[in-house]
Amino acid sequence: MNQTASSSQPRGFWEAPGGRRGIGAWVFSTDHKRIGLLYFYSTLLFFCVGALLGLALRLELFAPGADFFTPQQYNALFTLHGVVMIFLFIIPGIPAAFGNLVMPIQIGAEDVAFPRLNLLSWWLYAIGAILALTSLFTAGGAPDTGWTFYVPFSVRTTTNVSLATVAVFIIGFSGILTGLNFLVTIHRMRAPGMTWWRIPLFTWSLYATAWVQVLATPVLGITVLLIFAERVVGSGLFDPTRGGDPIMYQHLFWIYSHPAVYIMILPGMGVITDIIPVFARKPVFGYKAIAISSLAIAGAGSVVWAHHMTTSGMSDTAVLVFSLLTFLVAIPSAVKVFNWVATLYKGSISLDPPLLFALSFIFLFSIGGLTGLVLGAAATDVHVHDTYFVVGHFHFVMFGGTGFAYFAAMHYWLPKIYGRMYNKKAAVWGWALMTFGFIVLYMSMMIVGMEGMPRRYYDYLPKFTFWNQLATIGSWILACGLIITFVNIFRGLFKGEAAGDNPWGGASLEWQTSSPPPLENFVTEPEVTHGPYDFKKAGL
Amino acid sequence: MNDSTPENHAAHPKDYLGAKLGMWLFLFTEVLLFGGLFILYAVYLQRYPEGFKLGGDQLNVWFGGGNTLVLLTSSLSVAMAITALQRGRVKQAANLVGVTVIMALWFLVNKFFEWSAKIQHGIYPSSEHLKEMPGGEQVFFNIYYLSTGLHGIHVLVGMFVMIWVLILIKKGKVNPDDYVTLENAGLYWHLVDLIWIFIFPLYYLIL
Ligand code: HEM
Ligand SMILES: [Cu+2]
Repeated sequence: MNQTASSSQPRGFWEAPGGRRGIGAWVFSTDHKRIGLLYFYSTLLFFCVGALLGLALRLELFAPGADFFTPQQYNALFTLHGVVMIFLFIIPGIPAAFGNLVMPIQIGAEDVAFPRLNLLSWWLYAIGAILALTSLFTAGGAPDTGWTFYVPFSVRTTTNVSLATVAVFIIGFSGILTGLNFLVTIHRMRAPGMTWWRIPLFTWSLYATAWVQVLATPVLGITVLLIFAERVVGSGLFDPTRGGDPIMYQHLFWIYSHPAVYIMILPGMGVITDIIPVFARKPVFGYKAIAISSLAIAGAGSVVWAHHMTTSGMSDTAVLVFSLLTFLVAIPSAVKVFNWVATLYKGSISLDPPLLFALSFIFLFSIGGLTGLVLGAAATDVHVHDTYFVVGHFHFVMFGGTGFAYFAAMHYWLPKIYGRMYNKKAAVWGWALMTFGFIVLYMSMMIVGMEGMPRRYYDYLPKFTFWNQLATIGSWILACGLIITFVNIFRGLFKGEAAGDNPWGGASLEWQTSSPPPLENFVTEPEVTHGPYDFKKAGL
Repeated sequence: MNDSTPENHAAHPKDYLGAKLGMWLFLFTEVLLFGGLFILYAVYLQRYPEGFKLGGDQLNVWFGGGNTLVLLTSSLSVAMAITALQRGRVKQAANLVGVTVIMALWFLVNKFFEWSAKIQHGIYPSSEHLKEMPGGEQVFFNIYYLSTGLHGIHVLVGMFVMIWVLILIKKGKVNPDDYVTLENAGLYWHLVDLIWIFIFPLYYLIL
């Protein structure tokens, strides 16, 4: 056989056996790698949609006064931007896409525990996404409540909030099923020799994430169901004129949504933890501390929800308690940052694209985390609450953290899945523009927020003009970086040179099988004899 | 499992423990779903003890008690169905699952009459009559309808699950050597029962 890097290269799991061809071989496949790619492309699509909406928001804010949109349109735009980015991109992004792609391979399993349930999860995600998009164009038009659906506005508005809540419920259900599937997989499907302390840290982070998904998402389920009931049958449980209490809505919403922040960030941390030792050629520093800190973040992060409500009228005691608890989350997070830096220290570092994205992650996430403390402390939160400082902060965490981890994962693992390599120089350009544009964009937002510009306003006082224009220019630089990155990745994956089985010299299991992997991941079931970062024992 | 070649990958053995672990996790999520409503119940009870008392007095203990008996019996019949299947008595197991389905239906019919009676009195969410009541009573009835409604949907789903398992037993796909599907369906049914065991005293008895 003539096996060159041409288009006739043998394609592992890409050559689908078993009858189905074309799109059916994908949307009905129970192979975790195919489902992972389905998630990858759908989450990427929604990232692009969300990014365009974000750019539109910034465009409106380039100059004071009404420029492109009506206030109503602006409200719909930021609601949509938030809903798409949160529920369709960042929550499923890393766990459902990259978790499905590599987690089973990392633990030496041939698939997840419930392959058909896995496919169902993707279908639920797709149905939820379609309903969410339908809610834009039907009935009263696009929801304008913000992604948090706060009452009483979400009950009174005539826009299509009811359908949007159903969509969120279905997407949440999809997340629960993925989490449940991962938990059982990690417990039951590990290859011989894959003890708990030999599990790669990306898989550890997915394990912690899965627990949060399973334990927190049902609360979101009941919360959006209650909004739905409130709108459809008028149950009035959050309506003060009928004995209800709107603050109870906020409690229920944040009991889910704060832990959900860790659904968003933990898998990103996991990606970074897997990348750094490989490019520093050193075993990860403090393996157990990192694994346990994931669980600690998941645990501590579940009891701090009410820090979103310091200005909503809680008792002073509650404010104090939640403020203190919030500070505790910083400890395990800092453990991770110190471990990454210690791993890099005196390593023989190769500055390949995945590591560059990982370094940006550490830098941007640290800023996001530290500004989080400003918001966690009750006194300072009262000052910056609901200003652009908050918007800057959460973009640093979610986009600078998880978003960059998503791009790092893309550059790290996709060559494995496709068997081809992208152009590394272009990847560096994309990375540099993205990081630079990012800092210009969101630093400006934080500064203008400190000066007092409120969020969710489509207009502002003239004194805020400078920082807003700078932010909008930053958004354009960022957009250029994104375009370069995507074009480069896809050109490489479809036309690039053969990547080889282990292009980065990793010691964890996914690098010990061929690129792309065969249908059931390994030709013979692997025996695990050393840890995932033991480069010496792996002979690397 | 040592020298598995691509050919015998196809013969995936069923992981019973894994299947049950998955089901237990799912049941946790259901408990948490209802947990949201129980939290609301607790908070509003603390705020409106009199209103809740007045509301609770208007619920009919006989309907609630009857339904409790129906559900407990149905839990017993699934449990017996599992034992029967384990012992190889397929026909008996199928009959017992059938009994469970009938009990589920019975529960729903009872609920229908109970709700109808209340609705005829003009008590339902957003009704004019309800809106004239004091805040505490309004909250009580609203949360009552939401909790029992959500539970009713679960009974309905559970009933279809049982019918599905019955078909699988008839087809021989669930059999004395492979009954984890029945066990998991049974677990789900016990959960539906369990949630009712909380709803019943909270709404009908203690107030
Ligand atoms: C091209 C990149 C992006 C740009 C230019 C951008 C810009 C913006 C702007 C201008 C707002 C409105 C703030 C306000 O009026 O209060 C906003 C809100 C928001 N963004 Fe982004 N963003 C981007 C990427 C992201 C990403 C990657 C995420 C999530 C992972 C995200 C999540 C959110 C959320 C949750 C909101 C809040 C929406 C709300 O207030 O309801 N954004 N963004
Ligand atoms: Cu929070």
